[in-house]
Amino acid sequence: MEAKTLFDKIWDAHEIEKVKGGPSVLYIDRHLIHEVTSPVAFLGLKTRGLKVFRPDQTTATPDHNVPTTNQHLTIMDELSRHQVDMLKRNCQEHDIVYHDLQTDGHGIVHIIGPELGLTKPGMTIVCGDSHTSTHGAFGAIAFGIGTSEVEMVLASQCIMQPKPKKMRITVNGKLKKGVTAKDIALYIISQISTSGGTGHFIEYAGSAITSLSMEGRMTLCNLSIESGARGGMIAPDETTINYVKGRQYAPIGKDWDEAVEQWKNLKSDPDAVFDTEYTFDATQIEPMITYGTNPGMGVGITQSIPKTEGMEGSDKNTYLKALQYMGYSEGEKMLGKKVDYVFVGSCTNGRIEDFRAFTAFVKGRKKAQGVTAWLVPGSQKVEKQIRAEGLDKVLTEAGFELRQPGCSACLAMNEDKIPEGKYAVSTSNRNFEGRQGPGARTMLASPLTAAAAAITGVITDPREFL
Amino acid sequence: MAYDKFSKITSPAIPLPVENVDTDQIIPARYLKAVERKGFGDNLFRDWRYNRDGSPKTEFPLNNPMYSGKILIGGKNFGSGSSREHAAWALYDYGFRVVVSSFFADIFKNNALNNGLLPVVVPGEFLQRIFKTIEKNPDAEFEVDLQKQKFTILESGESVEFEINPYKKHCLQNGLDDIDYLVAMKDKIAAFEKTK
Repeated sequence: MEAKTLFDKIWDAHEIEKVKGGPSVLYIDRHLIHEVTSPVAFLGLKTRGLKVFRPDQTTATPDHNVPTTNQHLTIMDELSRHQVDMLKRNCQEHDIVYHDLQTDGHGIVHIIGPELGLTKPGMTIVCGDSHTSTHGAFGAIAFGIGTSEVEMVLASQCIMQPKPKKMRITVNGKLKKGVTAKDIALYIISQISTSGGTGHFIEYAGSAITSLSMEGRMTLCNLSIESGARGGMIAPDETTINYVKGRQYAPIGKDWDEAVEQWKNLKSDPDAVFDTEYTFDATQIEPMITYGTNPGMGVGITQSIPKTEGMEGSDKNTYLKALQYMGYSEGEKMLGKKVDYVFVGSCTNGRIEDFRAFTAFVKGRKKAQGVTAWLVPGSQKVEKQIRAEGLDKVLTEAGFELRQPGCSACLAMNEDKIPEGKYAVSTSNRNFEGRQGPGARTMLASPLTAAAAAITGVITDPREFL
Repeated sequence: MAYDKFSKITSPAIPLPVENVDTDQIIPARYLKAVERKGFGDNLFRDWRYNRDGSPKTEFPLNNPMYSGKILIGGKNFGSGSSREHAAWALYDYGFRVVVSSFFADIFKNNALNNGLLPVVVPGEFLQRIFKTIEKNPDAEFEVDLQKQKFTILESGESVEFEINPYKKHCLQNGLDDIDYLVAMKDKIAAFEKTK
């Protein structure tokens, strides 16, 4: 029998047909929807006179556009409120489970999927959001789609996709102290660039990967899209199984035992062939920080901003344009640079482990004067857990306050916008121009590096405090 | 979504010689609050095109009266980042029918194809020749022939063939979308579900 990759195994089990000279018709197990990329899709269904084909395989929550304070009140922004109301109405009309603000299941769509046990190994999962790649951490094929494709899945529970190429990224060795999954991801992207993964689906492997917690794996897979890849995945193991067990939508009893037996087969065959392979040494990775306007423009925190020597033409122009936007010059050290804002949250780093790490770091210390910090839990469950563990008290003592769940300043669709020209250390996923507000300057980093910046007011190596 | 059938386009082009143009630049998140697919062209490249006070930035190519046309020429890795289909809608609504680059991000490419916007991949060297042609003569015309899968610089007659899968080509030529195809195979999908 032909050796297959993990990706092939799941893809082949979901391919209903391959259109001659065209894409595959791929069956989707779970469809997650939110308020921003679904309304036009529902409108399309209405125009065509169609119902949602499999409402019980669809789950909805509002996240991109919601305020992160006073969620018990009416949403002030009229357009945002309308979008959220529209999602709720569409879900009622089509019998889709809707996790409303302030309810136990609410949160960022990529945080609640795993929390509720909706995300399981071997599945195909899509959502009208590029960071759907997060769910690949469970050994699932999960990828972001556009609104036309959201409409396809609503209408038929299928999507038409060309099969991507396969890439394996192996990271071996033990991570150094103060180095997290976020740093692995930013390191990989800095090495292969923001287009290095384009056309591919990644499988992450190696001892540095298998030693990550589920939260860490989700952070890593989440950032796969920032290398241009459609998604990233990690073969399920004991860590995965232990995480899924007992969750609301996890199988129980005999079904659980059968599922676990199946999940154990979900791995690439030893002689499976990947189109592209990379291998990295975990011990070479430092805490990372970005200095430019795409996630590939990152360096180890003790490093300087790379010089333009050897760059030519449009490469050089694009690079200098990015530095100009950031107000930085080539060759400058990143350590010591001023920080005005710190944002902890998003589908990248808004899980309980991220808040534990941040809180442990700031415990007994004080937030620097002049730093505005926004701590936004990824979900209601994360917020509850923070309170249950008493982390909120530690944060308050250190001068921080907790906000309510949502995507928040990651994409600044709500009121949480970094002001023009200000510098933010952010645990989110994109440092594009204006991403966190018009004119905002973003430096991507781990929750530990964000904590170090929050208490010092400048870019600081978190290892100095560990 | 309904869009115009695509056959052949002859038009000057607007150059945007910037790499890694991400979809947050094509349309910033704060303009994604509409619940209908209307008027996104007004905010296409919002923060590159306008100052904070709403006045146009004269140096931006879309504001330069020298340039016009239905073809946008972008630097490599065009359309990276967010999956927002609003990026393709905004480009189409503004009047573009073709985007040319040496490299497109995957999701953007799918979104464009699903909306009658043709992404044309040309070799990096050819892309530079297109930029140079426009630099010399902003009125220079280009021909995009979908049937022949050919992009031509009309002044010099230089051309390259571009790839598109036959299914998507058929869809574009006939203004069809995937939903028609999928809805027609519902019985097959239901049968597949029973085997799972």
